[in-house]
Amino acid sequence: MELSTQKLIHTFGALADLGQEIAGRGDFTEMVRTSMHLLLGTLALRRGAVAECVESELRPVASWGVTDQIFRELSISCEEKQEFHTGEVSDFLISSSPGSSNFVNRYRERFAQEEIALLLPMIVRDEITGVVLLGRKASGEEFSPDDFETVHAMVRHIGVGIHTHRLLEQVAQRAEENRRLYEELRTIYRATVRSFAAAIDAKDKYTQGHSERVGRYSEIIARELGWNEDEVEGIQIAGYLHDVGKLVVDRDIINAPYNINAKESSELNRHPAAGYEILAPINHPYADIPLMAKYHHERLDGRGYPEGLRDEQIPLGAKIVSLADSFDAMTTDRPYRRRRSFEDVVRDLRENSGTQFDGKVVAAFARALLKEVNGQSKERRITKMLGKDYLQGENISMLLTDLITDLTSVGSGAQSYK
Amino acid sequence: MDKPSGLLVRSHCVGTTAVVYASDYLNQLTGEKIERECRRQLNCGCRALVIDFSDTKLVNSIGVSILLGIIDVAEKNGAKIAFSDVNSQTVQLFEMLGLTQHVVLAKDEREALLTLSEFETTPIVH
Repeated sequence: MELSTQKLIHTFGALADLGQEIAGRGDFTEMVRTSMHLLLGTLALRRGAVAECVESELRPVASWGVTDQIFRELSISCEEKQEFHTGEVSDFLISSSPGSSNFVNRYRERFAQEEIALLLPMIVRDEITGVVLLGRKASGEEFSPDDFETVHAMVRHIGVGIHTHRLLEQVAQRAEENRRLYEELRTIYRATVRSFAAAIDAKDKYTQGHSERVGRYSEIIARELGWNEDEVEGIQIAGYLHDVGKLVVDRDIINAPYNINAKESSELNRHPAAGYEILAPINHPYADIPLMAKYHHERLDGRGYPEGLRDEQIPLGAKIVSLADSFDAMTTDRPYRRRRSFEDVVRDLRENSGTQFDGKVVAAFARALLKEVNGQSKERRITKMLGKDYLQGENISMLLTDLITDLTSVGSGAQSYK
Repeated sequence: MDKPSGLLVRSHCVGTTAVVYASDYLNQLTGEKIERECRRQLNCGCRALVIDFSDTKLVNSIGVSILLGIIDVAEKNGAKIAFSDVNSQTVQLFEMLGLTQHVVLAKDEREALLTLSEFETTPIVH
């Protein structure tokens, strides 16, 4: 094989490897280091280094046979950077004295000490990304015009690689900033929603903390049903806001210390639809929050309000909020009645599963509570909300186990509405 | 035989000459391990190096760069260096790039050791 052909094959091989290396998504320093070796090995250069330009500093990224000390001694001015844009390759030959590059002239002696023969700027989109320092050829020959072409092409490649990496770094940094800002916004949103929930509950002096508890119960049920974190957070918000429509209902009706009449009841029953009207124009970060508020008084048997939807027509989220709302209503004192015993509540849930409540949702809630009662769950969130005296007695676990069994057994009477 | 300092690098010493075996494909990963092993041997007092290429099918640009680094280190330590059992394609490459100006090429490890032993009798001035 002719020498020129062999040289060409060797150079092409290196260029192909360099392209692959730069296009790869590996470690940045490793990419520069490999690229530097490819460049040195193509022309068999004794030593070399690749340094990034950071303002007036040159920071080494990879070096072979060149001490890092030299980079601590170098600084480059804006004017000197500008010279690189206009200079010829021969200007950057350390041996051609004096060249037109002030930077090279300034450090010529120091470069010679390190046996650096050539300095090449990496210019990408009119910006100096760094410089490449190259030693002499192992053959002792001078650089030929072909060598300059090869070195130039490879240095451009490396420059693009460094530039692209820096761009990707900036993109990643921006993405991280955006993520942080988004997280902050979500925190603010959650805090606002909770304040809003407190404001809703403040309208009803007998149901303080109701919305907060409905939010938490809903979250617990959704988690038990295997919803993902975003969905769980969404339903918690829906729980907090489910009664937002009560803000437009007359305070006297909400606070009536007696069983309200049909007209008052009709007024009160406006609140889910009114809640939807309030929530729908807001661009919530979670899906279907207005619908969960609107349908939290729907029943599986179609006897609910405001639209009398049946089972599959009701969003699962609304079914969850519905159960959480009813459970809290049954387990907290109201002006006209004391809260019901746990046995009574379980009986109600069993009887109304399939007509008012979705059996799968009730079973999930019962499972979550059973885990707390049996100590399988580290957190005791439901029991805390219910108060320490509420779940007394040895039969709590059995009541829940029986309820779960009934609701999950095939052909359960609880599903008879279908 | 000495224990290899890296996972892939085999080496042993004959007197004050270290024989280091290059792997089948001399790329950056294996190349840098060989370079480290050569440095270690020189730091341990070796005065000559044989790099044996009997298992090496291909040396690319990265391999060339790393071998030049080894030559550099060896020269700075006043040590001689020989390449043994290099295939004809790689010999052509080394000749073309001028590496052969800095190393002794030997047919095999035995010949390399014999050639380098002549240098060992000469005192080294650091």
